[in-house]
Amino acid sequence: MSDKPRIKVATAWLGGCSGCHMSFLDLDERLIELAKLVEFTASPITDVKEIPEVDVGIIEGAVCNDENEHVLRTMRARCKVLIALGDCAVTGNIPALRNQFVLDEVLARGFLETESTQIGEIPGINDGDDDVPRLLNRVRPIHEIVKVDAFIPGCPPDADTIWFALTELLAGRAPKWNEGNLRYD
Amino acid sequence: MTETITISPVTRIEGHAKITIRLDDAGNVADTRFHVVEFRGFEKFCEGRYFAEMPQITARICGICPVSHLLASAKACDAILGIEIPRPAKLLRELMHMGQLTQSHALSFFHLSAPDLLLGYDSDPALRNVIGLIQQHPDIAKRGIRLRKYGQEVIKLVGGRKIHADFPVPGGVNKVLAAAERDELRTGLPEAMEQARFALELLKKYQWDHLQEVEEFASFDSNFMSLVQPDGSLEHYDGKLRFCDAKGNLLEDQVNPADYLDVIAEATESWSYLKFPFIKRLGYPQGMYRVGPLARLNICDQISTPVADNKLQEWRSQSIPPRRSSFYYHWARLIEIVYALERIQQLLDDPEISSTDIMVSGNPTNREGVGVIEAPRGTLFHHYWVDEHGRVEQVNLIVATGHNNLAMNRAVQAVAEKYVKASQLQEGMLNRVEAAIRCYDPCLSCSTHAVGQMPMVVELHDATGNVLHTLKRD
Repeated sequence: MSDKPRIKVATAWLGGCSGCHMSFLDLDERLIELAKLVEFTASPITDVKEIPEVDVGIIEGAVCNDENEHVLRTMRARCKVLIALGDCAVTGNIPALRNQFVLDEVLARGFLETESTQIGEIPGINDGDDDVPRLLNRVRPIHEIVKVDAFIPGCPPDADTIWFALTELLAGRAPKWNEGNLRYD
Repeated sequence: MTETITISPVTRIEGHAKITIRLDDAGNVADTRFHVVEFRGFEKFCEGRYFAEMPQITARICGICPVSHLLASAKACDAILGIEIPRPAKLLRELMHMGQLTQSHALSFFHLSAPDLLLGYDSDPALRNVIGLIQQHPDIAKRGIRLRKYGQEVIKLVGGRKIHADFPVPGGVNKVLAAAERDELRTGLPEAMEQARFALELLKKYQWDHLQEVEEFASFDSNFMSLVQPDGSLEHYDGKLRFCDAKGNLLEDQVNPADYLDVIAEATESWSYLKFPFIKRLGYPQGMYRVGPLARLNICDQISTPVADNKLQEWRSQSIPPRRSSFYYHWARLIEIVYALERIQQLLDDPEISSTDIMVSGNPTNREGVGVIEAPRGTLFHHYWVDEHGRVEQVNLIVATGHNNLAMNRAVQAVAEKYVKASQLQEGMLNRVEAAIRCYDPCLSCSTHAVGQMPMVVELHDATGNVLHTLKRD
C-alpha cells in the first residue's frame, strides 16, 4: 500500500462529547502506521480550518445547530465516502434527549434559571446576535440530513472497531460487522 | 476605520469556539472575544431521569474527561443516598481519576500543544499537528502516545473500558480490581514516569530558550480557586475549596464544596453559550478567577508525593508567586502527571485496593446532593435535586472550563495585543492567539453541557461591524 498515494481524510465533530475522536486517538501506536496510509486534512486535531475535497469524511456528533448542519452538508459535498462515527451521529443519542423538551425551556433553564446564574440572558436569540449559531428545534442524526455511506455505532466505538472499519475501507471493502467488533467492554 | 479579525474554528482544543479581534482606527487591538458556540442542554433534559442514571448520562458531557463527570456525579448521588462509600471504593475511584489526569494532561501537552512548541507557532499549519509531530519527531510523538495510553489503560483496567466506563455508581463502584490487573498496572508505571520526566525536561529546555515569551505569554492578574486537602496539600478527588487573590493572599479557605452557591455565581453574555462564573463578593467581572493545573499549583501549600513536590518546589524557586503567565499551565500540567503516577503507585500498594468491599446500597434519603472534584481542567460541580423516589427534578452544573471563561477572554486579549499587527496579518500571529486558549486546555463540550461547541475563525470588522476580512487556515 505504501506505493499508493495517501487517502485524504477529513473529520469533524458536531454536537457531541468528542469521545469518538478520543477513541480514534486510542489507536495509539497504530496512528503512526495510519499516518503512512492516510493524509489528515481538516480536523479538530489539525489546524486546517476549511474542509477540502477528500476521499473519506468522518462525522462525530449529532446535528444540534445551524452551523452543525452547514459543516455536515459541506463535508458531504466534498467527500466520496461519508462515515457516521459513534451513536450521536448514528442515532442522535444523548444530545437528542433534549427533543423531549421545547427548545425555549431548555435555553431558559440553562441561561436564566439555574441556581448559580445571577446575571442571565439567553445568547443567540436576538437580532444581531450572530456570534453564536442558532439551535435547531430538534437534534437530528446525520442520516436525516445527508446520505451516509457507513455507520460505526458505539458510545464511543472502541479503537479496534475504528481500526477495523478504516482498514477495510482502505482495502476497498465495506466493513461487515460481526458480533465481536461491536462489543466494547 | 476599525476592523475585526475572526479565527474560526479554534483548533487543537476540545470543543467548538471562535475568536473575534476588533481593531481601532490606528489598527491596534481594541477588543477581543472568545466565543463558545455549542450548547446541548443537560441541565434541562436530565429532569425526570432516575438519579442513578446520572453518572452514565453526564459522562457524555465530555469524551476527554468522562471520568470527571462520572465521579462528580457519583459523589452527588452518594450524597443523595446519604451514605459514606467503603474505603476500597474510594481508592478505586481515585485510581481511575489519576489514570484520567495522566491521559488528559498527556493529550493536552503532546497531542495538542507540542506541535506549537516543537514545530513552531509559525510553522506550516498543514503539518502543525500530532500527525506532523509523528512525522518530524517520531520519538517524542511516540512517548506522548505511550504516556496517554498508560493513563487510558489505568481507566480500562479499573473500570472496564477507556471512554465512558460504567464503573462509579451511587454507593461505590461496581468492579473489583483483580490482583493480575493491579500487577499489570504496576508493570507499566516506570516507563510512564520516564515519559513524564522526559516531558518536563523538554518543557524546561523550551523555557530556557524562550524565557521572556514564557513569562509574558498571556500573563495577567486573577484570583484562583481549587480544592485542597485539610493541610493545604494538592487534592483532586476530595477536599475543600480554597480561593486566593492575584498576590497569593487567601480569600477563602476550607469552604465546604456543597456550599459553592454562597461563594460563586454565573453571568451570561449574548455572544457566547458558555456562562461566566465569578466570585460573588467581588462581583462581575472583577470576580474573575482561574482554575485548573496552574490554579491548583499556585494555591496548594505542598504536594503529598515526594517527586512531584520536589518538582513543585523547583518550579516555585524560579519565579515570584503567584505565577501569572498562561504558559505555566503547561508546566503545572506536567508536574501533575508526575503526581498522578506517584499516587497510582501508592494506591496500587494499598492493601485494600483489591478488596471486594466496594459498594453499599440504600435508598435516596436526601432531596439534594452536591458532588465536587478537581477535573484535569479544574473544579467540577454537579448539583442535583430529586423527589422522594429519587427522580431528578433539577440539575445545576458548573464545569471546569466554564470557570476559566473570563480568564480565557483575558488571555486572548493579552496575546492579541502583543502579537497581532493588522498591517501585516500573518497566520502565525493568529495561531499564538489560539495557543493562549490551548494553555487552558479548554473542554468546550464540558463547558457547554448547557448547549455547546467550540471552533475558531478570525474576522476583521470595521467600526460599524462590517466584516472586512476573514482568516481561516486552509
